[in-house]
Amino acid sequence: MVEGLVAVIVSHRDVLSEIDGAIGDGDHGINMAKGFTLCGEAMKGKTLSLAQAFDTLSDALMEGIGGSMGPLYGSLFMGMADSVRDKAQLDAPAFLAMLQQGLSELQDISSAGVGDKCLMDTLIPALAAFEQALQRGDDFSGALAQMKQAAADGRDSTRDLVAKIGRASRLGERSRGVLDAGAVSCCLLLTTLAEATERRLQTVAA
Amino acid sequence: MNRIINDPDHVVEDAIQGYLQAHPDYFTPTDNARVLKYPAAPVSGKVGIVTGGGSGHEPAFLGYVGKNMLDAVAIGEIFSSPTAGAFLDAFKAADGGAGVACLYGNYAGDNMNVKMAMKKAAAAGIAVKTVVANDDVASAPASEIDKRRGVAGEIMMWKVGAAAAAKGYDLDGVIGAAQKAIDSCRSIGVGLSSCTIPAVGKPNFHIDDGKMEIGIGHHGEPGIEVSPIQPASEMAATMLDFILGDMPLAQGDEVAVLVSGLGATPVMELYIYYGEIARRLAARGINVHRRYVGNYFTSLEMMGVTLTIMKLDDELKTLIDMPSQSLGLTQVE
Repeated sequence: MVEGLVAVIVSHRDVLSEIDGAIGDGDHGINMAKGFTLCGEAMKGKTLSLAQAFDTLSDALMEGIGGSMGPLYGSLFMGMADSVRDKAQLDAPAFLAMLQQGLSELQDISSAGVGDKCLMDTLIPALAAFEQALQRGDDFSGALAQMKQAAADGRDSTRDLVAKIGRASRLGERSRGVLDAGAVSCCLLLTTLAEATERRLQTVAA
Repeated sequence: MNRIINDPDHVVEDAIQGYLQAHPDYFTPTDNARVLKYPAAPVSGKVGIVTGGGSGHEPAFLGYVGKNMLDAVAIGEIFSSPTAGAFLDAFKAADGGAGVACLYGNYAGDNMNVKMAMKKAAAAGIAVKTVVANDDVASAPASEIDKRRGVAGEIMMWKVGAAAAAKGYDLDGVIGAAQKAIDSCRSIGVGLSSCTIPAVGKPNFHIDDGKMEIGIGHHGEPGIEVSPIQPASEMAATMLDFILGDMPLAQGDEVAVLVSGLGATPVMELYIYYGEIARRLAARGINVHRRYVGNYFTSLEMMGVTLTIMKLDDELKTLIDMPSQSLGLTQVE
């Protein structure tokens, strides 16, 4: 699952930097790819539990790249690792708890929220959609589909926002009209998590 | 863009090796490849002075490691905060048992990484306190002063904080002096061209020929306005007006002035500019007690200049006059 996260970020290195270039300094993809590559190298040849793999990713981001994304994504994956540490199986409630604990850890270091033009615009509605789908009685797979859609909508919503946080916030109105790079990378990560989880569900079903 | 590099993704690592080879008198490596310390650090019983920030601002940040200057520095990627681990290791390298003053700039990444490093330092029994520089008048109105960026005024903050530590101030005293230093500083920049992050490979933004961007940040953050380029005399007057509008100075006040190039502007032009600033301050009856002109806090190959004015009182004068040695700033007498 974490190998998939590494692959999707590394393969989107230039796209993410391109998006960041519009209102940031154009290195989001470069820094993210650097951290995720470090994680890939650290995991190579090892058999790790999901919690250990998330730990490895969190350490690689926090210790390997710094910037804003190191502590933000590092905290997210640290929270997710802690949540799944004692879980033998990732069922729907466990998946929800994993996202919730990741978000909670992230919110310990950042006060950003929906509407600030950042990764929270993807993460928060995606988590809410997953939770609501479960409450409505959707199955795990259906809830993951809802989450993916909400993540994509959240990502796209950043196009019309004015940045309120980070370096892009200095642009004011000029930050409107382009996507936020963090919201895009967050959507890639959540979508990849969802798809890897779906594949596991199908394997089990088969 | 023609560059003297090996691999655009490894410019920071390669530069650190060059610094170590060139200046063993200023730098000792630590177990963390992204942390350098002054050879004499830590000094037992002295408050350690630490900063950290993204690379690409040379000689900041590592160029201010030295005698009566910084004890250790955490080094980030180009324009990107060092990791929490690097800040923590810099605290450890600088701690002589009297605690550490972490004096850094107001950027989201630095704030988060320092905060995380401080948690771990507390667990390790190291007392760390911070001052966050916010001297850039163009980055937020006076009513939101805590949102302002730290720019070249950071150098004055380090100089004063380090002098206080060298004189034997305790941690609270050092923090108080450094806070007073940055509260007494106002800065503004003018950009004339873009910089290029090596790994990105193309300019971060664009300024048309014949234009200048007033209030630009030292990562190329947009300024307050883009206007036709002015002669040095008018540029100096425009920038001085922004600073004096924010921190009024009266006849008889004493100041330190720091004029820094952004990396690509010839030093000759910095002196043309300084001459205009000095003339205007003299006309207002303001006494320049110290002046610094050169490339002190740069933005890769950006063209342009930043102006920092620090209003002095007796304590700040004593501290800023203290002799010091570092690559970026050496002061005798």
